[in-house]
Amino acid sequence: MIWFKKDLFTDGEEGKSVKVPFGLWVKCDHCGEIIYKKEAERNLDVCPKCNYHFRISARARIEITFDEGTFREFDQSMEPVDALEFRDVKKYKDRIKAAQRETGLKDAMITGEGLIGGEKAAAAVFEFSYMGGSMGSVVGEKIARAVESAIESRSGVVIFSSSGGARMQESILSLMQMAKTSAALAKLREAGLPYISVLTDPTMGGVSASFAMLGDVIIAEPRALIGFAGPRVIAETIRQKLPEGFQRSEYLLEHGIIDMIVERKLMKETLSKLLSMLMR
Amino acid sequence: MYRHWLEFEKPVEELEKKIDELRAFEASGNARSSEDIAKLEKKTKALLKDLYGKLTPQQITQVARHPYRPYTLDYVQNVFEDFIELHGDRTFRDDPAITGGLARLDGAPVVVLGHQKGRNTKEKVFRNFGMPNPEGYRKAKRLFELAERFSLPLFTFIDTPGAYPGVGAEERGQSEAIAANLMAMSRLKVPVIATVIGEGGSGGALAIGVADRVNMMEFSTYSVISPEGCAAILWKDGSKADLAAKALKIDAGELLKLGVIDKVVKEPVGGAHRDPAAAFKNLKSAILPQLKELKELDAASLVEARYRKYRSMGFFTEPRK
Repeated sequence: MIWFKKDLFTDGEEGKSVKVPFGLWVKCDHCGEIIYKKEAERNLDVCPKCNYHFRISARARIEITFDEGTFREFDQSMEPVDALEFRDVKKYKDRIKAAQRETGLKDAMITGEGLIGGEKAAAAVFEFSYMGGSMGSVVGEKIARAVESAIESRSGVVIFSSSGGARMQESILSLMQMAKTSAALAKLREAGLPYISVLTDPTMGGVSASFAMLGDVIIAEPRALIGFAGPRVIAETIRQKLPEGFQRSEYLLEHGIIDMIVERKLMKETLSKLLSMLMR
Repeated sequence: MYRHWLEFEKPVEELEKKIDELRAFEASGNARSSEDIAKLEKKTKALLKDLYGKLTPQQITQVARHPYRPYTLDYVQNVFEDFIELHGDRTFRDDPAITGGLARLDGAPVVVLGHQKGRNTKEKVFRNFGMPNPEGYRKAKRLFELAERFSLPLFTFIDTPGAYPGVGAEERGQSEAIAANLMAMSRLKVPVIATVIGEGGSGGALAIGVADRVNMMEFSTYSVISPEGCAAILWKDGSKADLAAKALKIDAGELLKLGVIDKVVKEPVGGAHRDPAAAFKNLKSAILPQLKELKELDAASLVEARYRKYRSMGFFTEPRK
């Protein structure tokens, strides 16, 4: 979603400029429509014109998913550690600081438990605006703990993914989070408890190739980009144009990779129904 | 003899060429030059020892990708006996980028599988440069399950640039195939020993690498992304691969320190490709005691120990707790 950065947005009609205060309007990435921000928010950040689902923050996701006042957050203070002293053009330490400042979160993940339409569930929600929702040790650990807590309290698990994949700055340790989270979900499966994976735009790389594809039920939001390799990497490898709609939710549904596509406004209701049917 | 020298091996190239020449000369029944050969060999060995003692991460990457480096089938045929290859995922096709089957280790039956690269152009294309499609991972999963059903230990060999990034691979669920293997391996009730023998390329490597013991041959690499890929993304410049290789900490020594692998298996002086027989011997003497140890655990303790092992990976802090 592009937020207008200019202080004033001017409507140049008939040479007279109408001054509109900052941040009142948003432009749809998909159809280009200029939407009144309040209207987009009322519509759960979905474009009223073309039904494009904007990326939303982890907090907003929790708010529209859980019954009011029921969400209790886990491990809020958990923070990343730069164990490798990683440095590319910037230091990882500085990237962490900047991301924390921008998002108000310690890392790209909020976990907790609460009620979804009256059904108890543990949840893990990605914050894409924190370093592209990349998975490092904190993300992996929080997911594993949330899953273990669900086993303990006999509840289901819902994970909302929105991630570019593994966090390169934690190198091999981020790769190992794929094994850690998948192992935790294997235990949940053995315990006979349901896991619903919700794929939102984008769900790629190491996140896609671990817990995101392990749901008992896998749901995607409309038009989300979902895949293992990035479309540019694939296009460069095969030196061909990619098929229309490639790696989008609708394409994955057609190819049998996901169970269903659910619009944001129906997500809570769908999750609640599924949990109630799968909980024993 | 097939030879291929890496950029940093220039100083030994001349010496080794000279040795080959003298050998050929001697073999054709000409003057004896054994003494000269012995002298040159000693000199080469010293030089190699020096060179290989201070390889940079990017140089190790080159050794890991060396065209004459032993591949999975070389290890399978030389460390194990009676290999019987099994094919196919029972659904779509047989993926030659992953090979596997039944074999014996010192007489006892086991399941072996690994990524397979090709030596010449035709073989490389056939093996898809060791980059599996989903059906390769599904064949692997079928073999994991076979191992478990018959209580056979599982040995995997990792050597891939990564899972194949292709349209068909995505359409057939590359992500799901990898994820399903991670989940399945974490619960296998038989001992699992994985060894990185060349390139450990990201999720495509880990998909056969969740194990009770993870070994790395001394000059192999294991990483979340290739140094070239990382440089292209973070430095926006693919030629900064040397910096990326260093930052990523992809070599066996670093990974042992991070607790991601359990053992570094020594390679002969100048790398496994210079003396494959020595590499096979070293690997065999590394895995035999590991298997013995793991066999002493009952299935439940084995699975729980594996769970704990992966559960504890990673670093974070919790200040106010």
